[in-house]
Formats: sequence, C-alpha cells, structure tokens
Amino acid sequence: MNDVLTESRPIRLKGRSFLALALTPELPLEDWLTRLDDLASRSAGFFLRRPVVLDVDGLEIDRSQLRDLVDQLGKRNVRIMGIEGARQSLLGADLPPAMNDGRPAADYEAKMAEQAEKAEPLEVAAETVLTAEPAAAKATPSMVVTQPVRSGQSLFFPEGDVTIIGSVASGAEVVAGGSIHIYGALRGRAMAGTTGNASARIFCRKLEAELIAIDGFYKTADDMEQNLRGKAVQIWLDGEALKAGTLG
Amino acid sequence: MGKVVVVTSGKGGVGKTTSSAALGAALAQNGEKVVVVDFDVGLRNLDLVMGAERRVVYDLVNVIQGEAKLSQALIRDKRLETLYLLPASQTRDKDNLTPEGVEKVIAALQNAFDWVICDSPAGIERGATLAMRHADIAIVVTNPEVSSVRDSDRIIGLLDSKTLKAENGERMEKHLLLTRYDPVRAERGDMLKVDDVLEILSIPLMGIIPESADVLRASNVGSPVTLADNRSAPALAYFEAARRLKGEALPITIPGEKRSFLGKIFGRKAA
Repeated sequence: MNDVLTESRPIRLKGRSFLALALTPELPLEDWLTRLDDLASRSAGFFLRRPVVLDVDGLEIDRSQLRDLVDQLGKRNVRIMGIEGARQSLLGADLPPAMNDGRPAADYEAKMAEQAEKAEPLEVAAETVLTAEPAAAKATPSMVVTQPVRSGQSLFFPEGDVTIIGSVASGAEVVAGGSIHIYGALRGRAMAGTTGNASARIFCRKLEAELIAIDGFYKTADDMEQNLRGKAVQIWLDGEALKAGTLG
Repeated sequence: MGKVVVVTSGKGGVGKTTSSAALGAALAQNGEKVVVVDFDVGLRNLDLVMGAERRVVYDLVNVIQGEAKLSQALIRDKRLETLYLLPASQTRDKDNLTPEGVEKVIAALQNAFDWVICDSPAGIERGATLAMRHADIAIVVTNPEVSSVRDSDRIIGLLDSKTLKAENGERMEKHLLLTRYDPVRAERGDMLKVDDVLEILSIPLMGIIPESADVLRASNVGSPVTLADNRSAPALAYFEAARRLKGEALPITIPGEKRSFLGKIFGRKAA
C-alpha cells in the first residue's frame, strides 16, 4: 500500500547568498598552522561563528592530509563550512561539502546587482540596527551611519566605504569592503578592504582601536605605535605592512 | 496615556532598583501618579527598598498568568498616596514572563498611571529585553567604571534595536544616570570622569548621583532615598533628575566642582 500524502504543503527551498571568509592554506601545513595560531592569538575569537571556506585549489595534498587539516582547524575553533577547489576524490562524507562557483569578492558587487531581482538581499549581522542601503546605481556604493556603533554590534558592509559619524565602541566591529571613516573615537575593531581591496584605508579622529585590519593584514592594540594613541590617524597598507600616520 | 520608563543597565549592582524607587517617589511627591514595576523576576528587591516586602501577596507573574487581577497585585505606598508598586515574584523564574502578558500589563498600567517605571534586571537576557520592549524613555544607569560603561554601551545598542520604538523606526529617548560618583576619587583617577563616560556613551546626562552612605541607609530602612531624607545630596540629585525626566532643562552640576572649591580652601589652610 502506498502512503497517502495528506499534507500537501511544499517545503520551501530558497537560494541565498552569503559572504564567507576563505582560508587559503599553504604548504608546508605545519608552518601555516603555526602562523594561523599566531594570528588567532592576537585576535582572539576572530574566527568564532564566522562562515569559513577552505580554499585548497592548487594545493598538493591527499585525502588524509586534508582530513587532518580540517581536524586541526576544528581544534582551533575554526569551523569549515565547505571546501573549495578540491578534486572529487579528495572529499567524502566525513569532510565538509564541496563548494564551487565561489567568486572573488571584487566581483561580488556586480554579481549582486545582476541578481538583485532573484536573490535575497545580503544578510547583515543579526543584531544590528544599521542596515546597508542597497545602492544599486552608484558606481562606488557607500554607507553612512549617523549613530555610534555600540559595544556588541557588528557592522558589515562588503560593498564599499563606511562612514561613521560617531564612535565605534570597544567590543564593536566594523567590516567594510572599502575604506572606513570614523568621525569619532575608534575603540573597537575596524577591518577595511576585506574583499581584497589593498588600497582601502582607515581614518579616525581618535585611535584607541583593539584591532585594525586592511585586506587581511592585522594589527592589534599591542602592535600599534603607542604615540598614535588618542590621535587623529589614518592607516594604509604599504605592500604587506600596515602604516599609520597622524592626520592634520 | 502614561509614559513608560525603563531603568536599565548592563552590569548588576549599579543602582537600578535604588534609582527606580527614588525617581518614582520623587515624581509621586509632585502629585504625579506613579507605579514602579519590578521586572527582576526571581530576585525581587524593589519591595524591600520601598518598604513593602511584608505586603506582597500577588506579584507580576501572578498577574501575567491570570491568577490575580492587576488591582490585587498593586501595592500602594504607605507614605505617598500616588505611589504604587507592582512587585516581582521571587519563587518563579523569568521564563514566566511572556511577551503578550507583559504587553497587556503595561497597557493596563499606562491607562491608570502618569508614569510606569520598569525596574529592569541587569544584562541582555529575556527579562531585560521584555522590560525595555514597551518603553518610551530609557534611563541607563552607569557607575563610573569601565566595565559598567562598556555594558551600558551594549544596552544602548539593544535599546536602539530590540524595542518596539526601534522596530517602528522611531528613536528611543535615552538618558544617562551616573550613580555612585565620588568626585575625589574621580579627580585622583581611580574612577572615570563624567566627561569620559559621556564621551563613550554619547547620550544626554540626566543626573549624577554622588556616592553617599545616605543611599545605603535609606535602602536598609526600606525607604526610597528621596523619601527618607529629602535634603541629602543623593536625594537632591534624584529630585533634579526627576525634573529633567519631565522635560525641564536644568543645568547639570558635577559634584566635584563644589568640592574642589572647598578643597582649594582646605588646601590653602593646610599649606
């Protein structure tokens, strides 16, 4: 006898696009993990609760090495949601699923604009009231926030520049695809150029930051020049080094 | 329609309950009809500070669960005709507060009183978010120390995102009440200064309550500080804060200024 389907309501499946961080390991893996530990120790909790994709494209490793790498990352509280660029033979039920069609974030914006009709708008961090205005027509979208970014809030704007008229509290973070301009004190974290924009800068009226980053290069409070504390400062990337200088 | 005020903070022990009682009594002394609601379910304290602990029969949870009428649970203050208390339950936990129940109670109180002052539990959990949800005005109570200021900053963020006003796209009116302020220690650098706190939180200051033994003494005898000794320094500060809450524009006096003047005289004498 066949089961009769009494409930005819369909299950909703919807497409949704998210921005994830992609980790690109390098060989030898031991050295890379040491460097990762070093980074993690300086920016505690950075990887917690973030979607992370492991990009193994062009990496010459076998299946057991890959599984070991995922385990190693798991021990460091980095939860891998998917693996990109791996051959079919490398993956299995015990490993995160394959991800493909990932786009470098620089292309992200244009892609979003094309799909605006079909796709859900980009998810902004849940608890924040500061929503990104979708600026479809503008060439360089930017976001202006006229209130302070409070402790515990996370402001995420991968499309472009963020201007904050007010302060960024200790325990708050601002992540922008472009530059970050803060007309107040920067006490929390600011990460500019996160979508691979090395020319992004961070400007603030008063530098008291816990962490600053441009295009993935970090500096924490301890690494910053102490004479810049409390000053109006701009921070830019020179090659692989973060440079900072006073303003005005 | 009465105004709903939430007295909130991130950190515990900063003086929310004391401030709720003191402000409630200060408003009631001017003839306004006031109810102070204890939202700190599980840890009731407001009834103690208001000297009504032996008169609690029914509480907020009883009303929400339909076991008692609102009129049965309201306790009228023995000293002030227009001051009422809605106590919290000590035996139940905060999960007994339902959003619908809280909404109903607040709506009923708003119709009967000029001011509904909600004494919120500390922190960012359910009890605190329910207490702030229906508020028109928020009073953020902060001590001049970094942990208290940081947690208050977090609470202000919640006030701007998790309240009905915020969800309707309106701005919640927020005031800062700086309690336990000791000008001598602030001057020495043991405490944050008023300007530092204001700079970090950037919301308007409603009052500075000086650290004083009068506050503790009043609590222990079960009387809001504004009733116990209405000439004491903290009572005067609360009276001023209550007037600002009603919309009066009073200049703020920072306790240190007067003291440092005296200090100068004493300093000169000693020299």
